[in-house]
Amino acid sequence: MHEYPTVAKITYREALKQAIREALQDNDRVFLMGEDVGRYGGAFAVSKGLLEEFGPERIMDVPLSESGFAGTGIGAALGGMRPIVEIMTVNFSLLALDQIVNNAATLLHMSGGQLNVPVVIRIGCGIGRQLAAQHSHSWEPIFAHIPGLKVLSIGTHEDARNMLNLALKEPDPVIIFEYTAMLNIEGEAQSDLEVDIHRAKIRRPGKDISIITYGPGVYKSLEAAAELSKAGIDAEVLDLRVLRPLDVKSIIASVSKTHRALVVEEAWKSVSISSEVISIIVENAFFELDAPVKRLCGAEVPIPYPKHLEDACIPQKEDIVNQIKKMMS
Amino acid sequence: MISSQHIEKEHGKGLLFQMKRIRRFEEKSAEMYTKSKIRGFLHLYIGEEAVAVGVLNALTDDDKVLSTYREHGHALVRGIDAGAIMAEMYGKQEGCSLGRGGSMHLFDIKKNFYGGNAIVAGHLPLAVGLALADKKQKKDNLTCCFFGEGAVAEGEFHESMNLASLFKVPVLFVCENNGYAMGTALKYTHSMQDLEKKGDCYNIPSAAVNGMDIMAVANATKQAIDEIRRTGGPYFLICNTYRFRAHSMFDAELYRSKEEVEEWKKQDPIPAFQKLLVDQDLISKEEIRKMDQDIEQEMQEAVDFAEAGTWEPVEQLTKFVYSDSLENR
Amino acid sequence: MIEFSMPSLGADMEAGTLTAWRVKPGEFVKKGDIIADVETQKGIIEIEVFDEGTIEKLLIKEDEKVPVGTIMALISADHEVPAPPKSKQLPEEKSKEASPVVEPARIRISPLARRMAEQNNIDFSIIEGTGERGFIVKEDIEKVISGKGKRMPKATVDKVSTATEGIRSAIASAMSRSNREIPHYYLSEKIDMSNALNWLLDTNKQLPVKQRLLPAAILIKAVANSLVIVPELNAIWDNGLQMKRDIHPGFVVSLRNGGVVIPSVHHADKKSPQEIMKVLADVISRARSMRLKSSELSDSTVTITSLGERGVEIVQGVIYPPQVALIGFGGIREEPIVENKMLGIRPVITATLAADHRATDGHVGDRFLKILKENLQKPEQL
Repeated sequence: MHEYPTVAKITYREALKQAIREALQDNDRVFLMGEDVGRYGGAFAVSKGLLEEFGPERIMDVPLSESGFAGTGIGAALGGMRPIVEIMTVNFSLLALDQIVNNAATLLHMSGGQLNVPVVIRIGCGIGRQLAAQHSHSWEPIFAHIPGLKVLSIGTHEDARNMLNLALKEPDPVIIFEYTAMLNIEGEAQSDLEVDIHRAKIRRPGKDISIITYGPGVYKSLEAAAELSKAGIDAEVLDLRVLRPLDVKSIIASVSKTHRALVVEEAWKSVSISSEVISIIVENAFFELDAPVKRLCGAEVPIPYPKHLEDACIPQKEDIVNQIKKMMS
Repeated sequence: MISSQHIEKEHGKGLLFQMKRIRRFEEKSAEMYTKSKIRGFLHLYIGEEAVAVGVLNALTDDDKVLSTYREHGHALVRGIDAGAIMAEMYGKQEGCSLGRGGSMHLFDIKKNFYGGNAIVAGHLPLAVGLALADKKQKKDNLTCCFFGEGAVAEGEFHESMNLASLFKVPVLFVCENNGYAMGTALKYTHSMQDLEKKGDCYNIPSAAVNGMDIMAVANATKQAIDEIRRTGGPYFLICNTYRFRAHSMFDAELYRSKEEVEEWKKQDPIPAFQKLLVDQDLISKEEIRKMDQDIEQEMQEAVDFAEAGTWEPVEQLTKFVYSDSLENR
Repeated sequence: MIEFSMPSLGADMEAGTLTAWRVKPGEFVKKGDIIADVETQKGIIEIEVFDEGTIEKLLIKEDEKVPVGTIMALISADHEVPAPPKSKQLPEEKSKEASPVVEPARIRISPLARRMAEQNNIDFSIIEGTGERGFIVKEDIEKVISGKGKRMPKATVDKVSTATEGIRSAIASAMSRSNREIPHYYLSEKIDMSNALNWLLDTNKQLPVKQRLLPAAILIKAVANSLVIVPELNAIWDNGLQMKRDIHPGFVVSLRNGGVVIPSVHHADKKSPQEIMKVLADVISRARSMRLKSSELSDSTVTITSLGERGVEIVQGVIYPPQVALIGFGGIREEPIVENKMLGIRPVITATLAADHRATDGHVGDRFLKILKENLQKPEQL
C-alpha cells in the first residue's frame, strides 16, 4: 500500500473542488461549464467560490440544454480547448447521450484519426438520498458500453482529488462519475502523481476472496472487509476505478490469488459492469476459481422513494458481509 | 432568375465551374452506386449547388465548416480532392477519412472541414463549441454550419441557437431548406414555416434567400459575414432550394409529384447562371465546352483513383477508437 | 416430475437387475448421490442420480431385472437449485427399445481443484468434496496432497451370492467372445526379481504396516512404464487398432466366492508404486465387497493378472476384449540362475504376454517384455 504522510481529512466535495481549482490554475485552456456551476455555486456546492476566483469566462453557467452544452464542450475540445463539462446528475445525461455517443466517442474514428476529442464530462451519480425513480440512477454501465469513451468512477477521496487532472491530459473523451451521496464523507486526499487512470487498484489486500467493486461500493466493501477479518476471513477489495477500458489484468491477478470473487455494484444487475467483470473472470481465469463467482447489484426496479425500500435496492455493508460468509462457509 | 448585377469575369466563371463540378461529381457517384462501387447511403446534392458554392466562396480558409450527410458539394468547394472523396465513398484507405466514414462522413481538418455529420442537428452544438474555442483563443475566424430544414425541428437546433447567442460566438448557421425532411414536406413538419423568424426567438439576425440564385446566395452570405464580424455573434441564413434527385438512392419519391420536380428544374441554378454569363459575354461557348471537358476528365480520374485505391488491412480494425492506437500512424 | 431410468453403463449393457434401493420415498437426493445398486454383467454397480429433488415413488422392486431405459423411480424436482436440462423422457412403449444416452457421471469439482488434481496426478473421482453442494474444492485436494484426504465412504456388503452369479455369466460371455474373436499369441520371459524384492524390503521398512507395498504394486508400475514406450499394447481393437493416451491397467482381483473383477488403476504410469499400492488396497477391498464404481470397471486399457507368490509358474491369460494385451505374472520362485558363468539361486518370476495378433506382431511383444525386464531390474527408478 502507498504510504502517505499524514494529511488533514477533507470531504469528498472539497477534494473534487480542489481538483477543479488546480486544473483551472494549471492550464488556461481549461474551463468549467455546466448548469448552475457559477452563480449558484454548483448544484452540490462543488464549484462554490470558483466563479469569484476565475471569472465567468472560466466558470460558465449554461441553460438547461444538456445536449447543447455537452456538444458545445465537445466542439470546444475539437477547437483546442480543454473543457470540463459538468452534467448536474446522471439522470439528465441521457439528454446529452447523442452528443457523447455519436460525436465524442465517434469523431476520432469517423475522421480516420484526424480529430481528437479531449473533453472531460463530470457526471453526478448514485442512489441513496430518497430522490425517487427519476433522480436515483447508477448508469455507469450505459457509458461503459461505448467504445471510444474512457469511463472513470470516483470511489475514494484519493481519486476525487486526482482523477480530474489526469483525465484532462487524455487525448480522448473521458466520462467521470462522481457520487453525490458521498459528498460529505471525510477522508484523506492529497495531490498524488502516482495515481493513474488506467488501472484498477487494490484498496485492501487479502487472500481469501476478492471483492471487486467501484464507486460507493468501495468504502462499503472496505467496511465489510474489516468486519469479515474479525471472523477470520481475509477479503481483498479491488476498486475498478476505470470502467472502460476495464483493467483485465488486475481482475485476473486478484482472482488468481484468492480463487473466489464477489462483485459489488449499485447499478441494475442485468447487462452491468458486474456482468462484464464476471465474463472476464470466466473467460480468463476459469481454472483459478474454487467457487462460483457471485454478485450483489442494484435491485431491478425503478428506485422507490421510502428510505427502507431505497436501502433495499442497493447492496449494503451487511449484505456484503453476509454474502461472503455464505461463500466462505 | 439570377439577380442581375455586375459580375467579375473570372469570378463568375469560377462559380459556374464549381457548380458544374458538383453536378458532374454527383452524377458520377450515382453511376458508381448503381454499379455497387459505392454502398451505404448516398445523398445527392443535385439542384442545390448554388448554396454550397455561393456560401463557401465567401469564407476564408481559416473559417471552419461543418456539414450534413449531403455534403459532397461542400467538401469539393472547400478544396478536398475529388479523388479523395470518391475513394472515401469506395471505402478505400486513400479516402479523405481513410475510408472509415464513407459518403456521410467526409473529413479534412487541413481544409477546416469538420464533416460529414449524419445525426440531424447533432453537429450544431459542435459548431457552437468550435466558435467558442476560437473566441476564447481570440481567433478572428468564424464557423459555418450547414443543415437542412429538418434540423430546425430538432431540440439541438434550438439549444445551439440559444447558446450561440448567449455566448455571442461567431457561427454562421446556414439552413439549406429543400422543402422536404426526407419525405415529409415543410408544412407537415413546421408549425411556422417562415424559418428566418426563428432567429428572432434567440436574438439572432437572420435572412432568407433564393437558394437557386447563386448571386443572391453569395450576396446574402457576404452580408451575414459582415454582420458576424461586426457583432462577434451568430447569424441565421436560410437558403430556399430544391433537390432534383431523390432523398437517397433508395427512395421511390412517393411524397412529391413529377410535375413539382419539373417545375423546380426550370430554376436549375446551373443553366440559369451559365445563360447569364453568356448573355453578359463573360464566357464563350468554347470556354464552356472546355470547362465541361475538364470536369469530365477530373471526375473520370477521381473514379480511376478510387478504383486503384487499397483496402485497409483488417488487422487495423480497432484502430481509431482511442488515440493511443494511432501512435504508429 | 423427473423420471429416473435404468442407465446404460456401456454399449453392451442391455438390462440390469436392481439389487437394492439406497433411498426411500420422501428422501431428498442431490446430483451425484448413489440411489441404487444394480447388478450387471460387470458386477454390482452403484447408480448415481443426475437430478435433484425428492424421491416420489420407487417403481421397481429389488431383484427385478429391467431393460435399459425403464423408468425405475420418480423424483419431484426441487427448485432450490435449478435443475439441468432433462435427459430424454421417452414415452413408455418407446423406452423399451431405445437405449437412452446417459452422460458419464460428472464429478462435482471446482475448476481450480480440478486443475490442481490434474497437476498432482490425483484421481479426484474418489475424493469426497467438502465445498458447497458437495463440490471438491482446493482444500480437499490440498488434504489429499498432504495425505489427510477423505475418500468415498465404504458401504455395507449385501447379496454377494446374487452378484457372483451375474459375474460368472459376465466372465463367461467376455471370455467366450475373446476366444472366438481374438487370435492370441503368447511370449514369456523369466525375470530376476532380486533387485525388485530387495527394494521392496527396504522401502517397506520405512513404511507403517498398513502402507506396505506388495509385489503387485511394483509389477503394475513396471508394466505401465513399459507401455509408455510400447503404446501399441495399451490399446483397444475396434475395427482397427486404437491406441489409448491414458494408461489404466486393469488388475484382476479374485473374489472369495469365485469369479473375478478387474478394477483399473488410473494413470498408473504417472503414479508412484506407493500411490498404486494405495489405490490397490482401496479397490481390492471394495471389489471384494462389490462396491466398485462403474468407471473403475469399464475403462481399463490393458489387463494384468498376478497369481501371487505361491502361484504356479506360468499364466497364459485370455485377453479381455476389446483390449489387445494381457500380462500374466506367475508365482515368484527360487530358481537356479547362471550369471557370470556361476550358478546362483535367485527369486524369479515368469511374465507372459498374451497379445492380439490382429493388433500387433511378435516383435512388439518381444520388445515389451525386454523393457519390462529392464524396468524390474531398476525398481528405484520406477
